[in-house]
Amino acid sequence: MNAFHANRGMNRKKMSDATPTEEAVIEASRSEELKDQIAALLGDSADVQLDPQDEVKISCTPQNLIYVLKSLRDDAFLQFRQLTDLTAVDYPEREQRFELVYLLLSIAENCRVRVCVPIDEDAVAPSATELFLAANWAEREVWDMFGIYFSGHPDLRRLLTDYGFEGHPLRKDFPLTGYVEVRYSETQRRVVYEPVHLTQEYRDFDFMSPWEGVQADIASPASEDEAGA
Amino acid sequence: MGEMQIRPLTLNFGPQHPAAHGVLRLVLEMDGEVIDRADPHVGLLHRGTEKLIENKTYLQALPYFDRLDYVSPMNQEHAWALAIEKALNIEVPKRAQHIRVLYCEIGRILNHLLNLTTFAIDVGAMTPLLWGFEERETLMEFYERASGARLHAAYFRPGGVHQDLPDGLTDDILKWAEKFPSFIDDLETLLTNNRIFKQRTVDIGVMNIDEALDLGMTGPCLRATGYAWDLRKSQPYDCYADMDFDVPVGTTGDCYARYLVRVEEMKQSLRIIKQAIETMPEGPVLAENNKVTPPRRGDMKHSMEALIHHFKLYTEGFHLPAGDSYTAVEAPKGEFGVYLVSDGSNKPYRARLRAPGYYFMAAVDYLSRGHMLADSVAIIGSLDIVFGEIDR
Repeated sequence: MNAFHANRGMNRKKMSDATPTEEAVIEASRSEELKDQIAALLGDSADVQLDPQDEVKISCTPQNLIYVLKSLRDDAFLQFRQLTDLTAVDYPEREQRFELVYLLLSIAENCRVRVCVPIDEDAVAPSATELFLAANWAEREVWDMFGIYFSGHPDLRRLLTDYGFEGHPLRKDFPLTGYVEVRYSETQRRVVYEPVHLTQEYRDFDFMSPWEGVQADIASPASEDEAGA
Repeated sequence: MGEMQIRPLTLNFGPQHPAAHGVLRLVLEMDGEVIDRADPHVGLLHRGTEKLIENKTYLQALPYFDRLDYVSPMNQEHAWALAIEKALNIEVPKRAQHIRVLYCEIGRILNHLLNLTTFAIDVGAMTPLLWGFEERETLMEFYERASGARLHAAYFRPGGVHQDLPDGLTDDILKWAEKFPSFIDDLETLLTNNRIFKQRTVDIGVMNIDEALDLGMTGPCLRATGYAWDLRKSQPYDCYADMDFDVPVGTTGDCYARYLVRVEEMKQSLRIIKQAIETMPEGPVLAENNKVTPPRRGDMKHSMEALIHHFKLYTEGFHLPAGDSYTAVEAPKGEFGVYLVSDGSNKPYRARLRAPGYYFMAAVDYLSRGHMLADSVAIIGSLDIVFGEIDR
């Protein structure tokens, strides 16, 4: 077997002569360039932004999602051919409760983008399994953990939780301890499910304090106290 | 006698089968001895790590990463540490970077030793396992001497590593690194040209580059298809950019190519280990920023401020600026990533752990269709599956 240097994908990263600050400048201008390219590609269907860490973030509606993913995948230059991961985040206080997050990787261009899709609790997301095989299990997990339904998924079953499990554990309103616990019953000769019994209240300490570790620009209750003091 | 319709047989493989590499229940629909469909039932080791992390401070969440892929614990801590460092924008001292790279590569060898030898036992070779585990024990001693634990190290911390290396450890690692190539040669004598091993692995579980990308393959499984994609080279982190090493690739994308890639990767890891030790500078091993990293024990004996910092860091912990980011490292199995959402408090709002093995497991159905029953075992073995990270 021949081992050789990975030169593909490195062409843009190889900046051995550049100083760290120059590297940062090159990086930033490259993200800017990538952002403009994607914005031109997607047009009105999505909103493309750079986040403070120079990662490209694309926001779109569930209706435009498949178009956005397909355009990114099939673009001859960008070639976002790998769906690195698909997950969701629960924001109970928002009008649209969940946000689906698709992480895409372009091996040809050595870059990543994030597609964020806000979605209602009772809305149905379109499945990306037609575009990426990797979406199959990722969508099953999101369904399992958050209860977001994907239309067009070939086999949308629960994946990680127990057979017959109820509820969606990664929702913020699902308690950390869950609702049921299992044990083996000697009398019934099988595993039985019982409501969770805690011998001691779950201890959730609130350490938030007006300590200088809290940055003032963060909108948390602690920093408001600090501002008031 | 005319043609007879045989009922398709459903075969239950696992969850307690030695070749399932943990708790995998595989429901196989068989047409004779050929697999029609494989339906992996995972989640028997599901511990809700992502949910638990949401309820812990950033530092308390770190030990959970040892328990994901428990074969190469420090590589995953690395992703978490890097994610936090990225959000806080802190610089890690050079010495700490070298120690991390050193231990990541030791972790890579630990992982490949386990994978290659258990893969060999799955297809019928007993001896490599016994030899390989002896070497693993030596490596875990190096873990223990640095961190105090053989497996659950909790050694990489945001801002560096927990403690400096004890005296003499790097010399012992170098001594071991001199001897290890002869072990790899022995291992290769047993397997690489072994007729039975090749019969069981060549042309089994083949995928090409397009399929591998589509299935979400990363790491050795992607490289075995012929694409030299390694995050250590293409998106270098810590001091990997200064290290000189090659990225081995396969040509055929079958189980045998994945084996060959891993063997070669162990040799490259040795090169990195030697370089990391030889170029390791003196200096601090933890960033000097007491809002994130704890003060040294000695300072706490006479400095009131150090004591306060220590107390606050281990109770409230530090805060991350609000925002989200994705950080990935090249773990031995493939790309291990952390998608971290922070709301500005001392606990992560959401931490999604992207485990490489999760997508390997999802691909088992695709890869094993049309293969014989015994081949499914070779496929699972060659993909490198560990349930700690799949079930999380």
